[in-house]
Amino acid sequence: MKNGNRSVMKFLQSDPRALSLLTLPAVLLFITFVAFPIVSGINISFTNWNGYSQEYSYVGFDNYRKMFTDPQVWTAFRNTLIYGFGSTLVQTILGLAFAMLLVNRFLFRGVARTIIYLPAMVAQLIIGYIWYFIVTYERGALNDIVALFGVDKVDWMSRGFRAVMIIMMINAIAYCGKTMIIFIAGLESIPNMYNEAASIDGANAWQVFRHITMPMLLPALTTSLVLNIIGGLKMFGLVVAMTNGGPGYASHSLSSLINSLYFGGQQAGYSAAVGMFSFIFIVLVSILLRRYLEMKEAQYNG
Amino acid sequence: MVDKKKKSKLKTRWNWLKSIIAIVISLFFFAPFYIILSLSFKSRADRTSYWLFPENPTFDAYAYALDKGDIWLAICNTLIVTVFSVVLVLVLGSIAAYPLARHKTRMNKLILSAFVGVMMVPPLSVLVPIYRELVMMGGINTFWGIILVTVTYSLPTSVFMFTNFIGGIPKELDEAALIDGCSQFMIFPRIILPNMAPVISSVLILTGVSIWNDYSFQLYVLQRPKLRTITLAISSFFSEGNTNMPAAAAATVISVLPLAIIYLCLQKYFVKGSMDSAVK
Repeated sequence: MKNGNRSVMKFLQSDPRALSLLTLPAVLLFITFVAFPIVSGINISFTNWNGYSQEYSYVGFDNYRKMFTDPQVWTAFRNTLIYGFGSTLVQTILGLAFAMLLVNRFLFRGVARTIIYLPAMVAQLIIGYIWYFIVTYERGALNDIVALFGVDKVDWMSRGFRAVMIIMMINAIAYCGKTMIIFIAGLESIPNMYNEAASIDGANAWQVFRHITMPMLLPALTTSLVLNIIGGLKMFGLVVAMTNGGPGYASHSLSSLINSLYFGGQQAGYSAAVGMFSFIFIVLVSILLRRYLEMKEAQYNG
Repeated sequence: MVDKKKKSKLKTRWNWLKSIIAIVISLFFFAPFYIILSLSFKSRADRTSYWLFPENPTFDAYAYALDKGDIWLAICNTLIVTVFSVVLVLVLGSIAAYPLARHKTRMNKLILSAFVGVMMVPPLSVLVPIYRELVMMGGINTFWGIILVTVTYSLPTSVFMFTNFIGGIPKELDEAALIDGCSQFMIFPRIILPNMAPVISSVLILTGVSIWNDYSFQLYVLQRPKLRTITLAISSFFSEGNTNMPAAAAATVISVLPLAIIYLCLQKYFVKGSMDSAVK
């Protein structure tokens, strides 16, 4: 017994593997609230559970079969792609433009940086509520501007696809500050002598941008793309605040659809199936994206 | 000489143009905030355009929001959840990162990539099973329930950033301490931790902001009105029955203000946090 104690002590004191015990709390949390829910989510997705009752039965692949013919799911899927990739495109363009404008010192540069980044502090849900006052039909701030031009008031969020595009744009505008900061960090890391050398060689602004700035910004571009795409594909709060998925189900993202199937429709089994679909889809996109961007970077550097 | 003068004159002009563009962009980005601010000072009967600042600003909307909406309670609840979660994320994340950064065994690599994978999981896709699990554990409508779930999903970013940072601290420091008779478990608190201030501030800010702003987990776990956090309290002002728009705007202003003030004071650290999270 005594001997056993001593070897435990020795293991703890000098074996580097003992240090891995420090990861234990984090690993336990991971098992309890990530691994276990994923397994139990797969299980629930094969049932017709309604979310509260004790009884439910296994229905095989019914939920998945239903999912692939359900226009709600397809619409939400299409919208999720728009929220993910469309928003990232706009965010990248705006972020890069603002970064190029605001990288060098001039009057009001600091103010502009501060204000562009400010909405990134605000929850998606609250961004949605703030913009609600702008795009709402009655007394909406945007309609006041439209009226100045003598045009009739527009019910901006009343058409599905338009609502989706507006939500996408609001997301991009609200969170392009983060992208801008990442690009500013990237621009500041480019040694000034590169630009000077290029201008001595007679390169014009476009050539400098194309052959020096862009390649040097590639790491910043990679990280901002990954962050924005994954963030956009998870879109939830903004949709809930602006349209709650409406009109009908036309502006749902996968996340907000899962929420409304569960809370509104009491279809926990079906909701879990859609959840598994969105989980697998996003993980797949992230892995492929990382692979692709790493390959691109290697190409540029090699 | 002349050429240089011409160039600098051109540069000043270009800088003025940039200033003007910057002002226009700033006005555009500030407009939404201006609208809720001006609306929050209006009376309920005031039906003027949202663009117009009220002629007689009142605090009625704020009084109503604080009184009817339990905003103070919501701020306290949010503070409790955020502070406890952030402390746990910092402690658990940093101690887990140390072995992950120092001993790249196969198991540790697996643990790290599993954590990084969690960053991709959309909360909503697993909320149904998490909700069910918490019901079984008795964790619905409890602070420990929301804190444990929040910590789990905030840990990956912190483990990732801590691991990267510790990886940049020379290993020779550890070895020298070991030779001096420091036990291996004491190296982290004695040698590594004192060097981690910059990354700790970044993780603190990043996770603090994201937990303060969380909506999805809180929506499911904290359903009792007394436990409502800010995002949940605000959403009740925008439910379909409510027509008191100035009060909704006031509640929004109150909820945005704390973070906005902290951001304006500690801007440098917020920007640095954002940059640190982007470094691979």
